[in-house]
Amino acid sequence: MIRSLLFVPGNNPGMIQSADVFGADGVIFDLEDSVHIYEKDNARMLVKSFLRNHPIHPAKIVIRVNSVDSPFFSADLEAVVGDEIDYVLLPKARISDIKMLTEKLETIEKEKKLKKQIAIMPLIESAVSLVETEGIAEFPRVSALMFGAEDFTADMGITRTKQGKELAYPRAKIAVACHAYGVQAIDTPFTDVDDEDGLFRDASEAASLGFAGKAAIHPRQIEIINRVFSPSDDNIIWAKRIFEAKKEADQKGHGVFSLDGKMVDKPVISRAETIREKAIACKKWDDGFEK
Amino acid sequence: MKIGIAGSLESNDALVTIKESTTRRIEIKSIVDAFFHEQIEKTITDVLKEKALQNVTVLIQDRGALDYTIRARLLTAIARMEASDD
Amino acid sequence: MKNSLEREIPDGKKPFISPTSYAERIYHSLPETRHDGNPVFLDDLDDAFKALDIKPGMTISFHHHLRNGDHVLNKVAHLIEKHDLHDINLAPSSVFPEYDLVPVIEQGRINDIYTSYLNGPVAQAIQKGFLKGNLIMQTHGGRARSIEEGELKIDVAFLACPSVDRQGNGSGAFGKSACGALGYGISDLYRAKKVVLVTDNVVDKLEKYQFDHRFVDYVVKIDSIGNPEGIVSGTTRITRDPIGLKIARDTSFLLERLNVLKNGVSLQTGAGGTSLAVMDQIGKRMAELNIKGNILSGGITSYHVKMLEAGLFKNIYDVQCFDLEAVRSFRENAGHIGISASEYANPFHKDAIVDKLDAVILGATEIDLDFNVNVTTNSFGSIIGGSGGHADTAHGAKVTIITSPLARARIPLIKEKVTTVTTPGEDIDILITERGIAVNPRRKDLLDKLTGTGLPVYDIEELMNLAHKICGKPMEIKKSSEKIGYVEYRDGTVIDSLYRLR
Repeated sequence: MIRSLLFVPGNNPGMIQSADVFGADGVIFDLEDSVHIYEKDNARMLVKSFLRNHPIHPAKIVIRVNSVDSPFFSADLEAVVGDEIDYVLLPKARISDIKMLTEKLETIEKEKKLKKQIAIMPLIESAVSLVETEGIAEFPRVSALMFGAEDFTADMGITRTKQGKELAYPRAKIAVACHAYGVQAIDTPFTDVDDEDGLFRDASEAASLGFAGKAAIHPRQIEIINRVFSPSDDNIIWAKRIFEAKKEADQKGHGVFSLDGKMVDKPVISRAETIREKAIACKKWDDGFEK
Repeated sequence: MKIGIAGSLESNDALVTIKESTTRRIEIKSIVDAFFHEQIEKTITDVLKEKALQNVTVLIQDRGALDYTIRARLLTAIARMEASDD
Repeated sequence: MKNSLEREIPDGKKPFISPTSYAERIYHSLPETRHDGNPVFLDDLDDAFKALDIKPGMTISFHHHLRNGDHVLNKVAHLIEKHDLHDINLAPSSVFPEYDLVPVIEQGRINDIYTSYLNGPVAQAIQKGFLKGNLIMQTHGGRARSIEEGELKIDVAFLACPSVDRQGNGSGAFGKSACGALGYGISDLYRAKKVVLVTDNVVDKLEKYQFDHRFVDYVVKIDSIGNPEGIVSGTTRITRDPIGLKIARDTSFLLERLNVLKNGVSLQTGAGGTSLAVMDQIGKRMAELNIKGNILSGGITSYHVKMLEAGLFKNIYDVQCFDLEAVRSFRENAGHIGISASEYANPFHKDAIVDKLDAVILGATEIDLDFNVNVTTNSFGSIIGGSGGHADTAHGAKVTIITSPLARARIPLIKEKVTTVTTPGEDIDILITERGIAVNPRRKDLLDKLTGTGLPVYDIEELMNLAHKICGKPMEIKKSSEKIGYVEYRDGTVIDSLYRLR
């Protein structure tokens, strides 16, 4: 479950070594946009050294490598791919890139005799990438996918606004494609770090469309993001009532039942199960309660 | 002269300079020298051994960097030195 | 000899026993020294100096309310040099980097120095061994007590005073050099043999004042007593560091879990960036929960004023103002009340404010496995501060919380034994770092309230080991055994010694 991912510049030791304390579900060590072109080697070595040598790591680690068409892509992969990481976040992802990356990862995993299979998190941040979203989400190694609004709106030649109406279509398309293929959709960062209300609204908008989580560019954003993408207390109470009512109905041998005057059928129960799963993952479901 | 510099003087970081020399010399200027001099020296000598480098001068200006950072900055400085012109 | 905390103390001094042993003795407060007649008005500090006939062996005192903008203490230091005086003891309630005492110290003119807070060039000169006598570091409450009991006998108090009226009453609330509350000058006012108010603003009549003319001998008017912008010492900004902000949020959450945040709560925080972030968080939470607190105390900043003016607290009890907003509020708000150091923190004061606190949030340079806290020196042994009100509030408050990162620039916070003990572990209840919380085993009641809350509670030794895992274990450094002074606890006993730097 990924409700929040914190972006950390890959050339900043102070931020790298404290990234794990802020409660994000995962940390993205960035070798791309937040690292100056003359410091790419520094960042790559620093992140690699942190992964191999430092004793305390975030629970989930994502590495944003430089794009496929950059001179740094291969060196980045060679350096960072290892059992310590979980995802490679690929900028400007295209179907052909994912195919190539899958093959490269297989090779490196065999060479380094890794115990795990590294997942791919494509970053949809251009019109051509968006158009290919379904094809991208279909790849077996893709279990999460991120939307990048800054680069996307720049590519489209449109202005990005706080209200984000111009993002409605790409968000909806990404959320649907992800759900079709069992992939977690991660929303773009909200760039005004001081605007907590704006962040809440933006995150809620993404959640309402079916996004599973959102990227953060500052630790102070994480609490709000986690809250938005965790099941609410009200939802949890509702789900518990559904299971309570189902238990009663099962005991009485009733196949169909109702709660608060509304019929409870399979889709409704399925929703309650999703809430329960998420709540357990967030440690918000207390035990002693049977399905 | 082949020389490589990597890192910064920011808090938690270290600025490492390495150059080819006629002998081995390691100079440590650290804000936490009293507490970690030996550990910093060991990290540097371990890396030099791994890279089979003997006759080099290493200068580190340390602002409280942890082991993994010192190691990384030195490795990058070495790579830059090896890529630099004579 | 060693005291109850196994710390070396100078021979002949009373050893620290426990934070409560003061209650077992009788308080011998001296009568106040009232002066008959009206104060003499002068316009030259040198004239006052000459009239006072200052001799070797005398003790001169100051308050520190103009902080790094103070001109008065420097003028007196220059006069000590000009008049070729020796064997003078100084008792400034705090010493700021701008205080120009290094020349008179290096010239060997100063014997003992009593203070509650010290850093910068003066600290360095003392730790190089230039001071002829001892450096005695007291708490804010302990200084007031020692003056009232006559242990610290002040011959002349030079009290900078932003406004003085024609009768000789003094206030810090008005004038071009306004600094707000003058709490640390009041014990001196009542008990010094001679009192000199130094001002740059004489008015006709003050309606409200903290310095009563009946205790004043001289009023000296000079051009400028100090720079008002020097009041802002750089400690009154809320931190922007994400780690400090996380600690602040966790602290507010913890206070709620401990059931401290409720109607009528009384609180104090330190003045560092993280402490202010805690204050800010608490304020937001109290507003959300519609809680009205009782007392907000300590060094006052714009954040405290905001909470008072938002109706979140009934009163501010102010012993010193840290910024210009605090000065404005002191002047304008009826609920913003000035108090003396004695009323604030004297262990023998019946209704001391520190004893009314439900919680206090403080910092630390070091804490050890016994929860003893150091705010006097850093891990290198350099004097970087001093108790101020730390030991006083830690004892008085029902819950004492220390907030700090687990390590600063690779140096771990938690040690087996602190370099210097400022506040004894018995008075420290909870440590909050960004990687975990430790509760003093003496406080099972607090530990019980925190289990099952999801907060990461560890043994303090586990947190120390975690820091070593991250930073590496620091080597032990050899410290000098040559003493240059000592740390006095609130009750006048000696809790630790102070040493030269190699």
